[in-house]
Amino acid sequence: MTVGRSVAHESAALHVTGTALYTDDLVHRTAHVLHAYPVSAPHAHALVTRLDVTPAHRIDGVVRVLTAADVPGVNDAGVKHDEPLFPTEIMFRGHAVCWVLGETLEAARLGAAAVVVDYQELPAVITVPDAIAAGSYQGNTLLLERGAPDFERCDRVFEGEFEFAGQEHFYLETHCSLALVDEAGQVFVQASTQHPSETQEIVAHVLGLSSHEVTVQCLRMGGGFGGKEMQPHGLAAIAALGATLTGRPVRLRLNRAQDMAMTGKRHGFHASWRVGFSGDGDLLALEATLTSDGGWSLDLSEPVLSRALCHIDNAYWIPDIRVTGRVARTHKTSQTAFRGFGGPQGMLVIEDILGRCAPRLGIAPEDLRRRNFYREGQDTPYGQPVRHAERLGRTWQQALATSRWHERQRDVAVFNATHEHRKRALAITPVKFGISFNFTAFNQAGALVHVYKDGSVLINHGGTEMGQGLHTKMLQIAATALGLPLSRVRLAPTRTDKVPNTSATAASSGTDLNGGAVKNACEQILARMEGVPGDTWEQRVSNAYFGRVQLSAAGYYRTEGIHWDAMAMRGNPFKYFVYGVAVAEAEVDAFSGAYEIRRVDIVHDVGDSISPLIDIGQVEGGFLQGLGWLTLEDLRWHEEDGRLLTGGASTYKIPSFSEMPAEFNVGFLQQATEDGVVHGSKAVGEPPFMLAFSVREALRQAVSAFGPGDAPVDLPSPATPEQVYWAIRATAARTADVRLTTMS
Amino acid sequence: MHTTRNVTVNGGPVPLTGVAPHTSALDLLRSQGLLGAKEGCAEGECGACAVLVARPGVAAETEWTAINACLVPAADLADQEVRTVEGLGTPGDLHPVQAELAGRGGSQCGYCTPGFVCSMAAEYYRPDRGEHFDLHALSGNLCRCTGYRPIRDAAQALGQPPAADALVARCAQAPPTLSSLEQGAFLRPVTLEAALRLLAERDDLTVVAGSTDLGVDVNLKGFRPAALLSIAHLDELRTFSVSGEAVEIGAALTLSEAERRLGDTVPLLSRLIPQFASRLIRNSATFGGSLGTASPIGDLAPVLLALDATLVLASARGTREVPVRDYFTGYRTSVRSRDEIIAALRIPLPAPAHVAFQKIAKRKFDDISSVAVAIAIDVEGGVVSRARIGLGGIAATPIRALATEATLIDRPWNRETIEAAAPVLAGEGTPMSDHRASSAYRSAMLGEALRRFGAEEMLEVS
Repeated sequence: MTVGRSVAHESAALHVTGTALYTDDLVHRTAHVLHAYPVSAPHAHALVTRLDVTPAHRIDGVVRVLTAADVPGVNDAGVKHDEPLFPTEIMFRGHAVCWVLGETLEAARLGAAAVVVDYQELPAVITVPDAIAAGSYQGNTLLLERGAPDFERCDRVFEGEFEFAGQEHFYLETHCSLALVDEAGQVFVQASTQHPSETQEIVAHVLGLSSHEVTVQCLRMGGGFGGKEMQPHGLAAIAALGATLTGRPVRLRLNRAQDMAMTGKRHGFHASWRVGFSGDGDLLALEATLTSDGGWSLDLSEPVLSRALCHIDNAYWIPDIRVTGRVARTHKTSQTAFRGFGGPQGMLVIEDILGRCAPRLGIAPEDLRRRNFYREGQDTPYGQPVRHAERLGRTWQQALATSRWHERQRDVAVFNATHEHRKRALAITPVKFGISFNFTAFNQAGALVHVYKDGSVLINHGGTEMGQGLHTKMLQIAATALGLPLSRVRLAPTRTDKVPNTSATAASSGTDLNGGAVKNACEQILARMEGVPGDTWEQRVSNAYFGRVQLSAAGYYRTEGIHWDAMAMRGNPFKYFVYGVAVAEAEVDAFSGAYEIRRVDIVHDVGDSISPLIDIGQVEGGFLQGLGWLTLEDLRWHEEDGRLLTGGASTYKIPSFSEMPAEFNVGFLQQATEDGVVHGSKAVGEPPFMLAFSVREALRQAVSAFGPGDAPVDLPSPATPEQVYWAIRATAARTADVRLTTMS
Repeated sequence: MHTTRNVTVNGGPVPLTGVAPHTSALDLLRSQGLLGAKEGCAEGECGACAVLVARPGVAAETEWTAINACLVPAADLADQEVRTVEGLGTPGDLHPVQAELAGRGGSQCGYCTPGFVCSMAAEYYRPDRGEHFDLHALSGNLCRCTGYRPIRDAAQALGQPPAADALVARCAQAPPTLSSLEQGAFLRPVTLEAALRLLAERDDLTVVAGSTDLGVDVNLKGFRPAALLSIAHLDELRTFSVSGEAVEIGAALTLSEAERRLGDTVPLLSRLIPQFASRLIRNSATFGGSLGTASPIGDLAPVLLALDATLVLASARGTREVPVRDYFTGYRTSVRSRDEIIAALRIPLPAPAHVAFQKIAKRKFDDISSVAVAIAIDVEGGVVSRARIGLGGIAATPIRALATEATLIDRPWNRETIEAAAPVLAGEGTPMSDHRASSAYRSAMLGEALRRFGAEEMLEVS
């Protein structure tokens, strides 16, 4: 049985030898490829008043310029019909007006530079506060409500505002599509996409074709993280349009600067809140307004906002709650899915509230968090029972034990008492994260399993591989279902003509959904083979073939027991919750605000792990990405002209080796089997991202240690060294105030 | 470019025909179907394009050095030997580095992995490594998936390469001989005299050494040099000597080479170099290149200011020596004239004993400084006898903190002196607010740099 065993990523040997192919590598295996290059607008908001492409044709090697006039179908790249593929109104700086096709990338680039565009500049809204002031919103306003927050009845009431940054995906492989038209007019697009079926639909509607005339394939992605859930579609459509118009393969690869300037990111949010506690620190009431920065079009902003609202409780019982959510329209890239999908933003609000309020309540932050945990029988604000709430406490206890929490708290106190310029702190934070797409229809999947006459097995499923190890788990599930060694099972690339109508590989759901479908297909074949004689698998397969037993099956899975009323924000949207707890120790330097993460201990609930090596990788990688979001990754736009100021690898810093915790221990929650999910496992892609709150809270508490002992600390996000430095200065100033007060 | 030269890639010849001055080594390799090296950022920050080149060694005749293929002109590979990830092992016969990474979960999406393999292999083969694997060897490689822990574990699990390993054997042989290329749009003479003559005769040449700056301009800013003059390999620029009065470092030595040759001869330099960009960049970047661009944010200039270093500028007209403090004239401009090359830098000895290099940046590895502060003081009888402070990132050029130095000199080396000088230092320069830091933070960091220096050095000095 290979399920439950640690196995290397199915492509590991290809990765390390450079033989794993990504979409742009295929270009070198394709003859007569044309290269596409965008004409990018230099304004955040403007009307295109004139477009003259003729100068481009004077450039050697320019073959064609694609404009709106070339679109045979719908000039739109999205599913909300608010994203014109060739815009007449520029909505963000870098917006592509048209695309030039060249024999070489250099020719296309020079051609794009030669295109003449006149603009009439319009006023732009860049920041969220500006959007709020201007009433610039898009989509529906959401309201999550239970009871009626009555702050009169609360012993302690606090209120605050918190604006925090989004995040660039910075997948190492930028967006890329390669389109060609095959012999029967079939459009074949290879794309770095998490959602091949939707890429297929958008390509079809742009080209005015039916879905069965378009096939999308994704070999693998060099990282996705949500950034390739919706954003690839328009780019694939441009490549496909070019291929149909020229009859030649067209490659569209964004370079890093273009990818960062043109494609969506994690939503930054603005939150204003009011919270009420009992005298003992019980959360009684929360009222909040969350405004996400949607950028120029809706994209996935509404579901992201919905998930933010559904996670503002994180692990905590809040009896009376009213949270309003709205999406600001700004003249920036259209913000999109990113690991956690609004969950991190919602949870950051409550974790920030607890971190800021604990000292004001005179309660240790860990005690404040622990005392407010959900208990068995309690419901979330949207009415879903919190299944397995006891796991929160168990995970917490296991993390305290493995991190040697109490002993190290004493070490920290000794260190802080003996160091003037450096302070340490330990912090512990929980995660509760709901698994399933809020959008119920997405919770289905298909698979195709072939058993060949020689007993070898080929599987295909609707999920895409972006590094998360989905294909590895699918191989393990198929091999286990059929009772075969892994070497007898092969996996073929994800293609829309093999498995149709797939959901995005997103929401951490890849294994639950596709694993269910793969297992179902295998079980269908086994059921048909029941009673077929033979000593070995090969003999039985051979006998089955000669007995005219069908050895191929289409598997299907849908998640049972979930429902969601998106307008009322009520229902049971999640199959289950994933729990996790992290303990982080930070050391902060008073001179610069620089810090290091000395040690991190994580206990995470993955159910029964299908593939422990893969799951540990997801936990560690998710954690560090979360740490990047909260501490390092500083997405800055010019507040007037809308330029992305941190638009490249030299200005936008993702974690490197230097941010890896010096000691990094990851363990799984014991006795964690989950009923009704494939092999008792739980989704693992997104939840660990939010374990990084422990780092932010450790920084806050270390800053506090520069003060009189329990100084409240307000910390911006990301908590860059500069921000930590100013927080230390503010704490030190407060210390001076306290001394003055004491003296007077 | 018109040349029939080859580069040896994974043991076989690859012709350099049809290569333009702006064609990168990465483009060339990928056009050959060697698709392992990837473009991740096109500016030398992510390392996905890393490959190995056989270079003159410090601890052996030849060493395998990892470089960013996206920055290096393909033409400069003429006569050189390159080893890509494909040349280390195959899926059926993994190299030890590949086996460790694959088996430990060191790859997830796999896109950055070939670059990590090459950086890791370079350290694996470094002849003077000993048993220790220096993780700084991986500081120029970014991974967005793993969180690095399994990559670290893979690196630390590596043993020594077997003596029979072909790449080890290659290190005992002489490095490739680069012969002269003196035609077309890529010029690579083999003597300094020839290089200076070309520079005097032609005004269309862009001088290139490690190409870590030029490559970025080519890739991101669309810079298309008419013709390149490559000087990194010139023996006359690769000298290294230590005398009683000075250390002289050839301007075309890479920072990595200088780091290893210097040891702790100049303590301030040995504190700076590990913080300078990443190992991948330091393997190509030269001292001359770093100063040649006259960037106000480079980390090298503040250190050289604090060390009272001078530059040797060479042209067909002769050589001259210019103190670093007189070298910069404005934003990215200097006294160097168009026909001059930085030949060497001289650092007077004895080097100051009490030194600090404080780099303020968002990320510890491989980030551009918001502020860089280099401090060098001498204390005699408890009194500051000499003080030099070089600053980067707070003005249009790197500057000396002259007012602060004056505040320190002849004062007792104690907390009061530092507290008096710190606000003066915080007032030096005209720092700006940008995406890296606010002007207030930059100024604050200047004062804090001195306080930290005091806190850390006070005991040792007194």
